[in-house]
Amino acid sequence: MSTQASRSAARTMLSPAVILLFVWMIVPLVLTLWFSFHRYNLLTPERYGFIWFQNYANFVTSPDFWGAIVNTLILVLGVLFITVVGGILIALLIDRPIWGQGPVRILVISPFFIMPPVAALVWKNMFFNPTNGLFAAAFHAIGLRPYDFLGQAPLASIIVIVAWQWLPFATLILLTALQSLSSEQLEAAEMDGAPPVKRFWYIVLPHLSRAITVVVLIQTIFLLGILVEILVTTNGGPGTQSTTLTFLVYKEALLNFDAGKAAAGGVVAVILANIVAIFLMRAIGKNLDA
Amino acid sequence: MARAVSTQRKAFNTVVAWGVALLIAFPIIWTVLTSFKPEPQAVATPPIWLGFDWTTKNYHDVVQQRGYFSFFLNSVIIALGSTALGLLIAIPAAWSMAFVPGRRTRDLLMWMLSTKMMPAVAVLTPLYLIFRTLGLLDSRLGLVVVLMLINLPIIVWMLYTYFKEIPGEILEAARMDGASLWNEILYVLTPMAIPGIASTLILNIILAWNEAFWTIILTVTDAAPLTKFISGFSSPQGLFYAKLSAASTMAIAPILIMGWFSQKQLVRGLTFGAVK
Repeated sequence: MSTQASRSAARTMLSPAVILLFVWMIVPLVLTLWFSFHRYNLLTPERYGFIWFQNYANFVTSPDFWGAIVNTLILVLGVLFITVVGGILIALLIDRPIWGQGPVRILVISPFFIMPPVAALVWKNMFFNPTNGLFAAAFHAIGLRPYDFLGQAPLASIIVIVAWQWLPFATLILLTALQSLSSEQLEAAEMDGAPPVKRFWYIVLPHLSRAITVVVLIQTIFLLGILVEILVTTNGGPGTQSTTLTFLVYKEALLNFDAGKAAAGGVVAVILANIVAIFLMRAIGKNLDA
Repeated sequence: MARAVSTQRKAFNTVVAWGVALLIAFPIIWTVLTSFKPEPQAVATPPIWLGFDWTTKNYHDVVQQRGYFSFFLNSVIIALGSTALGLLIAIPAAWSMAFVPGRRTRDLLMWMLSTKMMPAVAVLTPLYLIFRTLGLLDSRLGLVVVLMLINLPIIVWMLYTYFKEIPGEILEAARMDGASLWNEILYVLTPMAIPGIASTLILNIILAWNEAFWTIILTVTDAAPLTKFISGFSSPQGLFYAKLSAASTMAIAPILIMGWFSQKQLVRGLTFGAVK
């Protein structure tokens, strides 16, 4: 029973947030679109001019572009695979009765709170480094030659770092979902003689499907934007072996100062992200009705 | 008999779970250990686990030679500033959507969520240029505003899901008793909403503290927070593992502790209420 007065007050209270977000979204987006149709290099601003789709053509036909798209897909899918499978296994493990569940949970979720540059640099130097890293020491100990992880397998190494950061998030959400599963159903299945694998496949996994969807979609949004982990470890290299779409746009904008081409790349990124976003909105939108 | 088996099982599960948990947290534990090592011992092969010459020299070095505190101060200002500003704007908005929902409330919420989907690189160029034009590059104010806007949808959503759980009858009762709108918010709603607001506050501080895209791109030195400070270690500089570890430990410690206390809220906030 809202009165006219409270409704207008509600609008007043809502407007600052809406206006700010609207401006925040629309102004840079319009500018990005605008720049994407112009020749605009920050080093030679006097050559500014309208060039139709030239930036898009240059961006999409540059030799790095398709490699960057493939790298982006590998990074996102690799991290998703590790975190979802690992997250389910760890959630199942912690959900069982164990001693010290609290401390175990704390240990498992800790990596999520580590700021990206710390995570990336700790892994880069103290684990992956071929001379002083712990992995090199372990290889030595078993009589193998040290492996230059970031040099030989840059993308896989970055996947390890990012998966380590996001595994806790997946675990925590899947654990939360797991704890809402009624034990009666599982016990009934056990009584009927269903083996653990079947119980997992027919009862636990369907129950988790919603949480898995949420994990996949939210992580994808964040993973598409990964930059710092690449910037401080491989800087996109060697060559362009670990250059993703995000990194490519960053490089055009702040290293090559080609604002026009970077803007075109940004628009491409928006289109990609929107495809993902449509699915996410549907999944979360359903929950609003529930 | 059954009991004995289950105890054995529990012991087995406990060992496995602790093993996995320690493995996952190992990079953090190793970083903290390394931060207390003298530099030569930090790179020793084979690695020295505990029997090294414990020292706090690295912490002294990081604080005194590298000006740790100005970065720390910037992190605090940016995280707290953007959170406070965000709450100030989000609380009224979430209140009105939760208690005076209109036909468009749902669409509005979904639209706010959609602003989160915009890839940061898409607005990198214009935002950088706007900042340069307005003289906001490397300024705390600029970062406070940007981080507030980035996290505003999450704050609104989180508060909205908490406010939704407050029974509307209580507000109506207060209204019947003649409470004005502001009194209603101040004396009836706020006390009930404190736990939700506190959780939102903590999650947002964590997110702002760890934000490492804009904080690195839009700063040089004056407004640079800890994310930028740590990134400065990306090029090798002689023996630096112990110092990197000390700097990292100091950068993550406050947030790690806050994070431990906010596990549940984390799930809710980051899934926009889809998983509780």
